[in-house]
Amino acid sequence: MTLSRGRTALGALGLAAAGLLAISACGSDNNTTSSGSSTPAAGGSSSSSSASGITCASGTLTASGSTAQQNAIDAWTKAYQTACSGATINYPGGGSGQGYKDFVAGTDDFAGSDYALSATQKPAADKRCSAGGGTAVDLPMTPGAIAIGYNLPGVTGLKLSANTLAQIFSGKIKKWNDPAIAADNAGVTLPSTTITTFSRSDTSGTSFNFSNYLANDAPSDWSYGANKQFPGPGTQGEKGSALVASSVKSTTGGIGYFELSYATTDGLSTASIGDSAGNFIAPTAAATTAFLSKATVVGTGGDLALKFDYSAADASATSYPNTLVTYEFVCTAGNKNAGLLKDFLTYTSGAGQSILTANGYVPLPTAIQTQVQTEVATIS
Amino acid sequence: MTSTAPAAPGRSRLLQERRTVPDRGFRVLVIAAAYVVLAILAGIAIFLVLKAVPALHKDTANFFTTFAWNPDNTPAQFGIGVLAYGTLVTALLALVIAIPVALGVALFIAYYAPRALAQPLGYLVDLLAAVPSIVYGFWGLLFLRPYSAGLQTWVARYFSWTHVLGTSTGTVGQSFFLAGTVLAVMILPIVAAISREIFLQVPQTQREAALALGATKWEMIKWSALPYARSGIASAAVLGFGRALGETIAVAIVLSTNYELVSKLLSPGGNTIAANIALTYSDAGQVGTGALIASGLVLFVITLVVNLVARAIARQSTPAGSVV
Amino acid sequence: MTAATLDQGTQAGLSTRRLSRWTLLGVLVADVLVSLGLFAVTPLQGRADFGVFVLLVYLALQTMLSISVEGRRKAVDRFVLAVVVGSFVVALLPLASILVYTSVHGAKRFDTTFFTHSMRNVGPNDPGGGAYHAIIGTLEQLALTTVIAVPLGLLVAIYLTEYARGRFGRFVSFFVDVMTGIPSIVAGLFIYALWIQTLKLGYSGFAGSLALVVIMLPTVIRSSEEMLKLVPPSLREAGLALGMTKSKVVLRIVMPTALPGIVTGVMLAMSRVAGETAPLLLTLFGIDQIVNDPFHGPQEALPLFIFNEISRPSPEAYDRAWTAALTLIIIVMVFNLLARLFVRFASRNRGSARA
Repeated sequence: MTLSRGRTALGALGLAAAGLLAISACGSDNNTTSSGSSTPAAGGSSSSSSASGITCASGTLTASGSTAQQNAIDAWTKAYQTACSGATINYPGGGSGQGYKDFVAGTDDFAGSDYALSATQKPAADKRCSAGGGTAVDLPMTPGAIAIGYNLPGVTGLKLSANTLAQIFSGKIKKWNDPAIAADNAGVTLPSTTITTFSRSDTSGTSFNFSNYLANDAPSDWSYGANKQFPGPGTQGEKGSALVASSVKSTTGGIGYFELSYATTDGLSTASIGDSAGNFIAPTAAATTAFLSKATVVGTGGDLALKFDYSAADASATSYPNTLVTYEFVCTAGNKNAGLLKDFLTYTSGAGQSILTANGYVPLPTAIQTQVQTEVATIS
Repeated sequence: MTSTAPAAPGRSRLLQERRTVPDRGFRVLVIAAAYVVLAILAGIAIFLVLKAVPALHKDTANFFTTFAWNPDNTPAQFGIGVLAYGTLVTALLALVIAIPVALGVALFIAYYAPRALAQPLGYLVDLLAAVPSIVYGFWGLLFLRPYSAGLQTWVARYFSWTHVLGTSTGTVGQSFFLAGTVLAVMILPIVAAISREIFLQVPQTQREAALALGATKWEMIKWSALPYARSGIASAAVLGFGRALGETIAVAIVLSTNYELVSKLLSPGGNTIAANIALTYSDAGQVGTGALIASGLVLFVITLVVNLVARAIARQSTPAGSVV
Repeated sequence: MTAATLDQGTQAGLSTRRLSRWTLLGVLVADVLVSLGLFAVTPLQGRADFGVFVLLVYLALQTMLSISVEGRRKAVDRFVLAVVVGSFVVALLPLASILVYTSVHGAKRFDTTFFTHSMRNVGPNDPGGGAYHAIIGTLEQLALTTVIAVPLGLLVAIYLTEYARGRFGRFVSFFVDVMTGIPSIVAGLFIYALWIQTLKLGYSGFAGSLALVVIMLPTVIRSSEEMLKLVPPSLREAGLALGMTKSKVVLRIVMPTALPGIVTGVMLAMSRVAGETAPLLLTLFGIDQIVNDPFHGPQEALPLFIFNEISRPSPEAYDRAWTAALTLIIIVMVFNLLARLFVRFASRNRGSARA
């Protein structure tokens, strides 16, 4: 009696194990036929990859960190792996903090971050690299515009000055026909709809850079400083940019901030925002690159940490100040997979920059790009 | 090991057990298993304390009364008050909503549903447990929020005098109420399943005796089933409460979080310990991670206290010997 | 429900006056009509709200009518019947809506490519790609978790019900309860700190399984313990009286009697961990290619796949996420079903289903 039951149980277990083995033999990593060259992004990347100086090192590269750059890394990974079938690049995201931890622990070949290494972070990162005789450096890689998306039927081309934005995102302005908004938009009829502001409930570089912009360009109306946990009171917090964008889309009178690509995907109108000199600039790739080209490198010893310049508006008023740039943390020397790491980063900082626009980012300004490439060339 | 099991050799028992070598082996095995579980728990507790203490030393604000969470700023300022409050409120709400429904479901399946249908119907409710928490989160946000907006607005309009059932922002939506409802759905299957099994185990003789005395079905349940099942239901409730306290991803998605003490349940805002960990962990720095682990420790302590209280209540309300 | 109502009637005796089904139907119709009117003229709105409102008004009307016609005891009984049936329906509503919602959104990518391909070389805005690697990962991690947590959990449950006496038993039982309150992400943090940071054993499917074990254990112990407690002491005593050793009584009498309940508990616990996202975020290092070995190197899992895909700015990714959610639900449901069949088969072999 019990014997037969024992056999049933054993049989069931064996069956499950056999089933698992059977299934594990029938999958495929080969997606070339199904994904093909049907999207412009893919087409652009595969044609350029041959001429991009990829020398096809093989092996597996492990990296993690910023989710803001995940789409860029994924697009680059696809292009690189398609060109070099012997290479695998794993980048599961995880957030900037996680990327830093993995980098320090030595499990990452490089890490992505929304912020440059801080003074408190640098020593531990250097220590990880010192075993191979190197130091840890920040390499700017994927810049992007943070768009202000809104949902106000009938109103397009909205302009919002930094001070107005600061008041909206701190709950001081509650209606769309507020005099402050009207002053920014002369001649536009604004409805009396209630404003619902959406922010990120999770910590993010997006929140940090947006609040940093407000703190710099609207100091009189924004007393909350720059914070990766969005500090403005009275906003509705949503987890991740995708939910912020979809909430704005489903809420009449809604406004929120997110990477430009989410506005494009959800078909949301984006506002032209004010710089410190009172100009209104739309979130275009050119305007974002223009803003970045004013940034100065503050890192030393090969480190390329950037400092944004919010103060000086350029004469042509074409620089978009609400901007994010992600960095890659790498060791200058002593890398386990130096060949692949160097080759991949050479691609991403070189020819790879050309596919950024199609994926919702903007390319690095030429001056910075050149510095990054010089630095990548010394990686060993 | 022998000292901690003040067991039986000399003790007189109704039936003296026979002891053989495999028998002793089995006994050692189960006791060892108990120690393994305690070891895991001790490991977690030690880990939490080790990681939490350095961060707590860096906290320049009062850990219990500060309504903010900025552990990575200089100076670091963070407090657990709002998070602990939100955790308890959402879990209590979930329990208040889920327990009656779960008991109703269990009673329906055990005593009311036609025999042939009872089991399949029970499994149907169990399927609620098959839904991953992340799907619950998105379902709550994308489906339940818009569909319950009418009811919430209505309640907020006519019951705002109760304060608790009001909203401070004029909007309803990603509130404690919504989070509590989603949590209630999530803990429903476990509470319902355990209660159902217990109701099914109530000796038939007890039930028939009640009915034979002319009791209505409800009176039978009240007098013979519920007392028998009480301790089981209590532990099912504690299990559900524990799960609601610790639920992470679903709450993180559903709730519109902030660090204010939200007393109006329909108002968007508030935060819970677990959701806060999920939302801020990925970007947390050194102190930030420690601070989050400290908050995990607080949750641990809350669970400890809740269990202590639940046990005290169970001991008081259950007459000795009435339950197996 | 009708059968139960008739059943009530026969019990109520012959001489008592009772409400006919037609009266109750009339009450319901009147209720719906009045509610429709109220929803038309007052700010009440929404279909879901209408349902709730109608239900509450019906309950009130039925109870009042029943008190006046049938007396208080019968009214209470009727009220409870309505509440019990009502709560069952209420419990099924979320299930139905989740299943419909997930099916509608998940149907778009429910194709062979999805189940036979990984996400390797699928760009952020590309169509195609699949969750094969995630499905393999989830199945393997779930199997490992179950193989560790269920035997351990059962042994502890047996200890608590059959062997524990005095303070130590209460101590263990108390801390098992405390363990249920460990947030899943803290379990993940623990394994991350122990396995990956301290022991430096690296991210892997197995590390994910270990985190899941921490979450699954208390649920398995607690529910198995409840089921073992319900086995009548007389059965144990009968076994002992026949001269069986205690371990034999436990393994041959107590366990088989409680098996259906225990399997239910284990299935619920498995269902829960199958959908856990937070601990896997920290332990798996979810990747895009197929990895069949859960012990070495990063692996993907379905909850992580959903989590990653749903937050991308691409409709293709959004569709993949919902198809993955549907897949995960189906996998867990199939497991549930198989376990039920197994229990039925096993208990039929034994000859008696339930004590």
